[in-house]
Order: sequence, then C-alpha cells, then structure tokens
Amino acid sequence: MFRAIWAWIQRFSSPKYFFDMSGKLVPWFAIAAALIGVYGLYLGLFVAPTDYQQGESYRIIYIHVPAAWMSLFIYVVMAVSAAIGLIWQIRLADMVASASAPIGASFTFIALVTGSLWGKPMWGTYWVWDARLTSELILLFLYFGYMALQSAIEDQRTADKASGLLAIVGVVNIPIIHYSVEWWNTLHQGATVARIGKPSIDINMLVPLLLMALAFKLFYVAVVLVRARNEVLFRDRSRRWVREIIEKL
Amino acid sequence: MNGTEFSWSTFFAMGGYATFVWTSYGLTAVVMALNVILSLRQRKQIIRRVKRAVRREKLQTQ
Amino acid sequence: MLRAFYHLLLRDLRLALRSRHELINPLIFFVLVVTLFPLAITPSEALLQKMAPGVIWVSALLAVLLSLDRLFRQDYEDGSLDQLMLSPNPLVILVLAKVCAHWLLTGLPLVLIAPLLAVFMSVPDAALPALLYSLLLGTPVLSLIGAIGVSLTVAVNRGGVLLSLIVLPLYIPVLIFGANTIDVASDGLSVRGQLLFLGAVLALAASLAPIATAAALRITASR
Repeated sequence: MFRAIWAWIQRFSSPKYFFDMSGKLVPWFAIAAALIGVYGLYLGLFVAPTDYQQGESYRIIYIHVPAAWMSLFIYVVMAVSAAIGLIWQIRLADMVASASAPIGASFTFIALVTGSLWGKPMWGTYWVWDARLTSELILLFLYFGYMALQSAIEDQRTADKASGLLAIVGVVNIPIIHYSVEWWNTLHQGATVARIGKPSIDINMLVPLLLMALAFKLFYVAVVLVRARNEVLFRDRSRRWVREIIEKL
Repeated sequence: MNGTEFSWSTFFAMGGYATFVWTSYGLTAVVMALNVILSLRQRKQIIRRVKRAVRREKLQTQ
Repeated sequence: MLRAFYHLLLRDLRLALRSRHELINPLIFFVLVVTLFPLAITPSEALLQKMAPGVIWVSALLAVLLSLDRLFRQDYEDGSLDQLMLSPNPLVILVLAKVCAHWLLTGLPLVLIAPLLAVFMSVPDAALPALLYSLLLGTPVLSLIGAIGVSLTVAVNRGGVLLSLIVLPLYIPVLIFGANTIDVASDGLSVRGQLLFLGAVLALAASLAPIATAAALRITASR
C-alpha cells in the first residue's frame, strides 16, 4: 500500500504535473490576495479605531506584523521543502525552496523597515537590539546566505542540496538566536528595551490584521507558484514537453 | 470612525505620523510589486532564452 | 575507528606544523585587531573594560573565521578529501578529527594568548578565569560550526565572503554567551550558569555539527 502512496506522490510531484496544475491556480490566488488585501486595508485604515496610546502610527501594524509572520512562515516552508528535497529527492521540493527565498527575504526586509519606522515616533529610536528585532535581522542574513550559496554553486543539484542543508541548519538556529538574544537582553536590564506592547487587542483591530495576514499568504502562494513554474521551465528546458509548451507561448 | 466628519486631509495626515505610516505602506507596496514584476520578467526571460536556444539548435542541425 | 581518528588528527597536526608561519597568522590577527580598538576609540580604562568582552570575542571569532579555509582546502585540492570520503571509517569521525586538529592549531593558541589581551583591554583580574574558560569552551564551537560553512563552500571559487555570510549568523549565540560570560565576571558575579551553558552548547555542537559537515561534504565535494 505504501508503494501505491509513494507512486501517487511521485506522480503529483513531477514537474510536468505541477506545471499543468499550477497554471490555472495562479490567477485565483492573485485575485483572492488582492481582494482580501484591499478589504483588509480598508478595515485597517478607515474603520479600525485610533489607538488610545499610539494614535494613528499604530496602523503600521497591519503591514508590519503580517510581514514578520510571513518572514518566519516562508523560512519554515523553505526549510521543510529543502528537507523533502534532500531526503526523498523530490526535485519539485527543491524548486519550491529556491522560489520561496527571495519572497521570504522581501517580507523580512519589509518587517524590519516598517518596524523601524513604527519605532521611531513611538519609542524614539529607529533601532534597538532586542530579541525580536535582532533575530529578524539575522533571519535576513540567513535568507541572503541561502540565496548566495545557491547562486555560487554551478551544478543545480549540488546547489539545491547544499543550500537546502544550510536552510535546515538555519531553521534550527532561529529559535536559538532568538532566545539567546532575549536572555542577553534580560541580563542587560539597564538598556531600554522596546517592546511591542501586547495588551488584549481590540477586535476591530484584530480582524484587519488577520485579513492582511491571509492576503499576504495568498500573495506568497501566487508568487511562489509563478517562480516555481519558472524554475520548472528553466531546469527542464531540454525536455520535450517543456519545449512544446514554450513554442506555444 | 475618527470623529464625526471624515476628511481626506485628516486621513492622509495620520495624526501627524504621515511620513512614517505612508513610507511604510509605500515601501511595502513597492517591494511587493517588485516581487510580482521581477517574477513575471524572469518568466519572459526564460521563455525568450529557450526559444533562442531551440532556434539555434535547429539551425545547427540543418 | 578510534585509531583512524588519532591518525587523522596527528596527520593534520604534523602537516600544519610544517608550515608554522601560517599558524601564526590568526594569532597575530587576533592581537592586532584587539589592539586597534583602544587606539581607535579610547584608551580610557573604564571604557575599555566595558568593551573588552565584546572586542576580544569578536576578534577571536574573526580570527577563527579567517583560518577556517585551511580545514578542507588543501585536502580538497590534492584529492585527499576524496580519499577520506571513500574511507570505510565514518566520515563524521574523520570530520571530528580534522576539526579537533583545527582547534588545537587555531583556537587553543587564541586561548593561550588571551591573558595578554586581557591586559590590553583592562580586564579586571577577577574576570580572567572567566575569559579563559569562555574562550576555551567557545572556540571549539566556532571551529565546529565553521566546519559546516567550509564544507558547504569548499567547492566554490573564492568562497571566502560567502563563508562569512553563512557562518556569522550561526556564530551569534556563541558570541553573545561568550562575551556575556566575561561581562558578568567583570562585575564580580558568578559565571557558573554561563559556563555550564557554553559547555552545553559545545556538547550540542560537537554531536551535531560533524554530522551536518559530513553531509555537506558528501553533497559538495564528491566527484
């Protein structure tokens, strides 16, 4: 029975099958992301009440928090895909991992910059070395390292496996970094540690936040499908089925 | 709603934090747009490259 | 298996000791970099003392980073690495032997010269044991984690900067704990907890890093 399941998995993870299926999905995810995003922004910018303590600047939260969530989510997806690619030699998994990296790095960058712009008016400084910010910055470096290693190695399979291993090592490291910095901060009690205050959040603020998080996830799926399809076309460019498809495009 | 009357100028002022809020949203929009644009451009480049390679091979075998 | 470990360890040590001048480089680098800070920032004792843990640790870290290339470079280029990977002995053990050799040649000298740098940076006498212990426990971790990075980039031409980019994020927890240990000791407090933690990190790294390194070598360096 396991052999049947395995055969099923191998069929569905073949690049050709993936390519045929995903083509139709991309527009749906894109449209869904756009619609939910617009609605979420409307609720967040126009409907949600002004924050008692922070005034209007808190509205950055509708971008900052979802972006930060995505930065971590995508890294985990990347590491899991890489692990699947390494263990079971499923090439599609490697392609998804490669395709995800720039998107994850983008969200990490957004999280850092929007956080910085939120921090300046609120806590008086663009940057502070607390656990969350520092871990996020290092996450950006981990993404860069992954992408750099991928492009540095010429052979595609080797590049995938090497950067995949790096991604897995990195994912182990992320909680370690986070807790070590947090530990380091609690020791340096003197420093003013900026904390994103977490009182129980107003439902009117929570809904747009969750909607934006969902919109970002759908955006990620749409873009990663496009990029993964590009990977398929490029990596299998000598195969007949790819050439037939490209002829028609 | 903020106050009883909604005005666009108040909205854009964002309680005095306009620079910070709009830069954040603007930058996010730019980065996300770049993701989309660059991914689609990557697709076009690959298609172009493969077509060119196919053409070159056909010429060589003739 | 143990014999293979010792043989490889001794071989690496012997080979390295033939070009002794190369071994001095990380040491000199370490001393020079630490010296730069009082010159660039301030010779004020109080300030130096505050900076000391971080300065010494970052300099040690960079010195180890610079020396990592020697771990696999020579063997990769002359084919010995291929031989090691074909050996019936588990690659993990062989990797551990090479990392041990690397630490004995690079990390240990750093630890031994650290008291001199403690004097340069006005580290209080009470903190000296903590300084030595933290480096003693921390530098092997740097060699172990660095080995993962080197094994990933060994086949890349001029992969030096790439190596730094990969390895530095992984070094950060060690750096934080190592520097913090000296800091706490300078305040006169007990560092038992910190040292136990560093010891735990060392145990973790010693058991996991060679596995990752061996896996990476099989990926990047098999021909």
